[in-house]
Amino acid sequence: MSCKLLVENLNLYYSDIQALKDINMGIDEKKITALIGPSGCGKSTFLKTINRMNDLIPGVRITGKMTLDGEDIYSSSNDVTLLRKRVGMVFQKPNPFPVSIYDNIAYGPRRHGLKNKGRLDEIVEKSLKDSAMWDEVKDKLKKSALSLSGGQQQRLCIARALAVEPEVILLDEPTSALDPISTFKIEDLMQTLKETYTVIIVTHNMQQATRVADKTAFFLLGDLIEYDETEVIFTNPQNPKTLEYVSGHFG
Amino acid sequence: MRSKFKTEYMGRTVVTVVGLMIIAITLLITVFLVQKGAQTFTVLKYSVSQFFTDTKWDPFMSADDPKGSVGALTFIIGSIYVSFLALLFATPFAVACAIFITEISPKYGKKMLQPAVEIFVGIPSVVYGWLGFSVLCPFIAKIFNMPFGGEGLLSAAIVLSVMIFPTITTVAIDSIRNVPSEYKQASYGLGATRLQMIWHTSLPAAKQGILTGIVLGLARAFGEALAVSMVIGNKITIPKNILSRTSTLTTIIANQMGSAPDGTGMADSIWSMGLLLFVISFLFILMIRIIGKEREDKGAEK
Ligand SMILES: Nc1ncnc2c1ncn2[C@@H]1O[C@H](COP(=O)(O)OP(=O)(O)OP(=O)(O)O)[C@@H](O)[C@H]1O
Ligand SMILES: [Mg+2]
Repeated sequence: MSCKLLVENLNLYYSDIQALKDINMGIDEKKITALIGPSGCGKSTFLKTINRMNDLIPGVRITGKMTLDGEDIYSSSNDVTLLRKRVGMVFQKPNPFPVSIYDNIAYGPRRHGLKNKGRLDEIVEKSLKDSAMWDEVKDKLKKSALSLSGGQQQRLCIARALAVEPEVILLDEPTSALDPISTFKIEDLMQTLKETYTVIIVTHNMQQATRVADKTAFFLLGDLIEYDETEVIFTNPQNPKTLEYVSGHFG
Repeated sequence: MRSKFKTEYMGRTVVTVVGLMIIAITLLITVFLVQKGAQTFTVLKYSVSQFFTDTKWDPFMSADDPKGSVGALTFIIGSIYVSFLALLFATPFAVACAIFITEISPKYGKKMLQPAVEIFVGIPSVVYGWLGFSVLCPFIAKIFNMPFGGEGLLSAAIVLSVMIFPTITTVAIDSIRNVPSEYKQASYGLGATRLQMIWHTSLPAAKQGILTGIVLGLARAFGEALAVSMVIGNKITIPKNILSRTSTLTTIIANQMGSAPDGTGMADSIWSMGLLLFVISFLFILMIRIIGKEREDKGAEK
């Protein structure tokens, strides 16, 4: 088993506030890794360092090293747009563009230069099939994405991310705005996604982490406290703080 | 208790009366304009089609000699040409400027550029006209080799474009700023470059707002009299080319009102042109409403 993503001595500062402190971890290929921890501990921040979405925030400073398949993500020669094509992201709040379902999925491939209509059709169909919503929407591809339900919108966003053929998929609390049935569908989907992709998910829901994740990382105030097999984290954690958190006694 | 009731009651009465007065005044102006503007056709018996299709503008100016013609086509065409030319010049700059301020350099844009643009809104039109007359016209005359001065369609359109530029820019800035940041995040997250994000996400999402700004600019261009009159040459002929001297609905009213005694063809046809301008501005407002409604409908789908 190989590490897709390697993080070494990673520090991140928002101006003078340090949000990530000396993080070291390796993320396995074609597995699901969950990031848990109380609000404000740096989970989203960590996730956004992986596809360099932090570049968009003024005043962010990063030290240390992060490599994807051995390539330094933050080296100046690394093309950010190419990185984001390889590392797709799904956000907490479903955020489809206010255009048709088809155009949402085709957005990424088009930006990367694909114009061929037949090829685009194929990608749209494949992405929707991979995100298990082809049957629901195949007759209304030209309809506005905003006409879908919240759960459908979120799966559309996953499909949209798949359309650029990424290798890693980052999910930031993808189900926190959804009902239990939609949540279940997305968890189900993740199990099929990990056959092809490396998946990293931020969640506040402990049950969700135990249900879907192979490995779990516990963050606290910018520190990575413990990182291990999900089962170990939830049943036999080595650090008392982890135990406190996963058993719900966290104050 | 009682005094609260009293003040509340009184306040509401005052507001209602003022509101009713505004409605009444608007209605009165409309009725008056329609009645006066129609006299050209109802009392003086000129034909409506002459007014709209004839270029011969020679209304009688004294009641002793009730003849002449009231063809306003020259001014209608003059207004349309100069306004749309101004729009053509101003829109690309305005949209580019709005993009720069909102997306490319928000820091510099917000601190320096936006205040500068806002100052432009407040400059009185006579100043624009004077600048146009004393700086732009000689310049145009030199470039295009015009021995009698550079006044004409092009000069007027340039002056107008400078005047409507801030209107379009400010409205466009607001609408681009209002594009939800989630759309931008999604776009960047899929690997779009900044230009791609602006072109394929920000601008389409801000389209209606930008269109509203363009219509507002057009309305302002249509209604401007003074500055245009100072640089357009004021000749009563349909422009043959972009340098021709011509007149617009607003400039002819401004220039002829002094020589239009009540009841003459001149006075009544001026009223008719005033009415026409009123109808046009009403149509612009209607357009803005329709664009706004579309945006609301789109928002409601969420
Ligand atoms: N744009 C920013 N500018 C400054 N500080 C920020 C910014 N974004 C996050 N922070 C700070 O960084 C820390 C980590 O934030 P982050 O959003 O990563 O937490 P999180 O673990 O995702 O929390 P949540 O569970 O609430 O989403 C917090 O203290 C937060 O206040
Ligand atoms: Mg977060």
